[in-house]
Amino acid sequence: MNQSDPGAMKTLGVYLFGQAKKLSLKFKKAPTMKDLMMVYYSEAKSAKVTGRKVAWITSGGPVEPLIAMGVIPVYPENHGAMIGASKMGAGLCEKAEAMGYSNDLCSYARSDIACATVNGGPIGGLPRPDMLVCCNNICGTVLKWYETQARYFNVPLFILDTPFCHTGYFEEAARYVRSQIDEYIQFIEDVCGKKYDFERLREVGLLSFEGQKLWQAVLDTAAVRPAPMSAFDAFYHLALIVTLRGTKTAGSYYRNLLAQMKDRVARGIGVVPDEKYRLLWDNIPIWPRVRWLSQKFASHNACLVADTYTSAWCGTTKYIDESRFIDSMAEAYTRIYLNIGVDEMAKTVIEMIDKYDVDGLVLHSNRSCKPYSFGQLDIERIVGEERGIPCLMLEADMVDDRSFSESQIATRIDAFMEIIKERKKNKG
Amino acid sequence: MYSIASFRDIVDQPYPYLQNLKNLQGKKIVGTVCTYAPEEIIHAAGALPVRLFGSDSAIHRAELHLQSYCCSLVRGILEEALTDRLDFLDGMVFPHTCDSIQRLSDVWRINLKKTFHADVVLPVKLTTAGARQYLIDVLDRFKADLERQLGREITHDDLARSVKLYNQIRLLLQRLYRLRCDHPEVLDGRDYHTIIRAAMIVEREIFLESLTTIVADLEKTVMQTKPSHLKRLVICGGICTHPDIYEAIAEAGGVAVGDDLCTGQRYFDGIIDEALPPVEAIAGRYIRRAVCPAKHTGITSRGENIIRTVRQCRADGVVFLLLKFCDPHAFDYPYMREMLERENIPSLLLEMEDQSQAAGQVQTRLETFVQIL
Ligand code: SF4
Ligand code: SF4
Repeated sequence: MNQSDPGAMKTLGVYLFGQAKKLSLKFKKAPTMKDLMMVYYSEAKSAKVTGRKVAWITSGGPVEPLIAMGVIPVYPENHGAMIGASKMGAGLCEKAEAMGYSNDLCSYARSDIACATVNGGPIGGLPRPDMLVCCNNICGTVLKWYETQARYFNVPLFILDTPFCHTGYFEEAARYVRSQIDEYIQFIEDVCGKKYDFERLREVGLLSFEGQKLWQAVLDTAAVRPAPMSAFDAFYHLALIVTLRGTKTAGSYYRNLLAQMKDRVARGIGVVPDEKYRLLWDNIPIWPRVRWLSQKFASHNACLVADTYTSAWCGTTKYIDESRFIDSMAEAYTRIYLNIGVDEMAKTVIEMIDKYDVDGLVLHSNRSCKPYSFGQLDIERIVGEERGIPCLMLEADMVDDRSFSESQIATRIDAFMEIIKERKKNKG
Repeated sequence: MYSIASFRDIVDQPYPYLQNLKNLQGKKIVGTVCTYAPEEIIHAAGALPVRLFGSDSAIHRAELHLQSYCCSLVRGILEEALTDRLDFLDGMVFPHTCDSIQRLSDVWRINLKKTFHADVVLPVKLTTAGARQYLIDVLDRFKADLERQLGREITHDDLARSVKLYNQIRLLLQRLYRLRCDHPEVLDGRDYHTIIRAAMIVEREIFLESLTTIVADLEKTVMQTKPSHLKRLVICGGICTHPDIYEAIAEAGGVAVGDDLCTGQRYFDGIIDEALPPVEAIAGRYIRRAVCPAKHTGITSRGENIIRTVRQCRADGVVFLLLKFCDPHAFDYPYMREMLERENIPSLLLEMEDQSQAAGQVQTRLETFVQIL
């Protein structure tokens, strides 16, 4: 390495910092999410120094085959959420618009595309990818977004094409996806320049499955009254099941978290003091406003006990067969929440309404995410018909703060809570 | 036999025409929403495939199902269906394209399922052997679905006949396209547009017959007209539901000589190999034809295609005609513009809100653009 190169010096600095942090965690009983993410990002950002490969991958993509080969997976969507949460979204989105990207496009994509050209954002940009892995089980946007990045970084792109399941998962789709898992493994071998380690993949698969079950168990604790955690907490703790699923780190973090939640349940501690009303959240969080919303609902003694978003990372465990991880992975990744018909989504929502025993449904109509948001009006209607609970639809954007009207949303939440309170009072 | 003028009447008012076909001949009518709808198979089943184009009227009923940030095409199609204006349809076919069409299919199935409803979940990448096999499998499933729903077997001969018919139509449309490119003065942009839209509505046998005469007649007029010296433009985008744009271009001193549109080249590009088994051959054409941004054949395919089109058409510039809220096209625009810039080909972006938007709003921009060419 050239010692006078400031870029390399900086990477080395990041690397040393990460190593020191990692060492310090050894002596700490339970590292926090912040600690773990810091180590994760510093390892990713110093991949050049350590000679590891970096893959950018979509949030719903199968990460296990990468982890098994020591590739560091990086998630532009998680990065987008960080950009949103740190309120840097509007600026980066404006930059993307200046580059010619319409402001009607997904704001994760817009902020990531802009960020890559300036290394901006809360962590100074993501490390340069050696490969891109795009699984379209969440939307068509990721295809266009990853094509853009493949042109920009000039690195190989793998597309895992998971046919949409309007009414079912057909055998030809199953064959197609399964055959692509082999292509995917071949792709990783080619980029890494070494033979694939299937033994290791089996282990990673088990860890991933275990991680997903633990995450589900954590979310399940909120079924208890009062709920020891809320959807807002889930938004925060979600990061590891997205980024580090298939590692021991994720497993031990969630084991620890689960123990904490169980302890709260045992002691009857709710996250919202004096919880009276329980709500279900639909769609991606409004990242720049998570805290504001959480306080707003808490001020009405309402707890958002569950959501359809964070549960998407453990919603398909029923399709996974530990003994045939590779084969069952194809099905599990194809049948995730965003890749199924609106009627089946409504069914999932109703199951959650019953499981978490909620009094109302809050739907974030998210301008950025068309596949998640189109169909919500029908879900709202179906929920009304089948469960008769009040629903509230809030139009906003997950990252781009410019489309958030605080006073209007506050008024609507207040009115909605009045209805819920009224209903509850009448029911006794 | 139809003239261009009678095509125009049908395109302006397709529903009475279709209703008539149904009443008088008992024709089954199947609606589609995309150029990847396997029309040949629908036709082989004895039905008439008809591409739907949204709505001229205001959106009321669709508002209750699809938010305001959904493209006007998808909301418009739903509006037409919810207000019972599409009751003549015997079925709907939804090829998998963009996220909005994907959800339109769900909303339709849940709220309107009175008739046959098929999702043709095509692969998104068209580059691998596995994708090709999957594409064939999906078309086979669709064929079986159709047979069950329309209560009629689709034989090999039925399919072969339809493939042949569609090849003839496409070859003629390609000839028309070249004619317009070489002699834009003989074919008005609006008329070109009318013919392509008619190709998606009119009974195909009659369409072929009529088009054969129309093209032959047009070719005869070539000698009599003066070559035009207008600025030559290529139009690029999704479906064009703004035929006024051609007048606006003419008024600005330009002329459209080529396109990359669903209501244009992407509809008739590529010929089906008649030597292969029909379904396999239909799949083969989808893989080869000019790609839509919702499908993947490479990271610069559309950029290369637009440059090739500009060269072939000897065009002076490109007009991007995009529909607001259309993700796939909006994502491709910046890189296509950049690739054009590198080749010193100027381009103009026109974003359309909906179908009723007057061309007058874009007139000035078009004029300024044509002047710099
Ligand atoms: S469109 Fe939706 S699912 Fe796709 S990347 Fe954006 S937020 Fe995620
Ligand atoms: S215009 Fe765009 S968003 Fe609308 S249906 Fe067509 S491809 Fe989809």
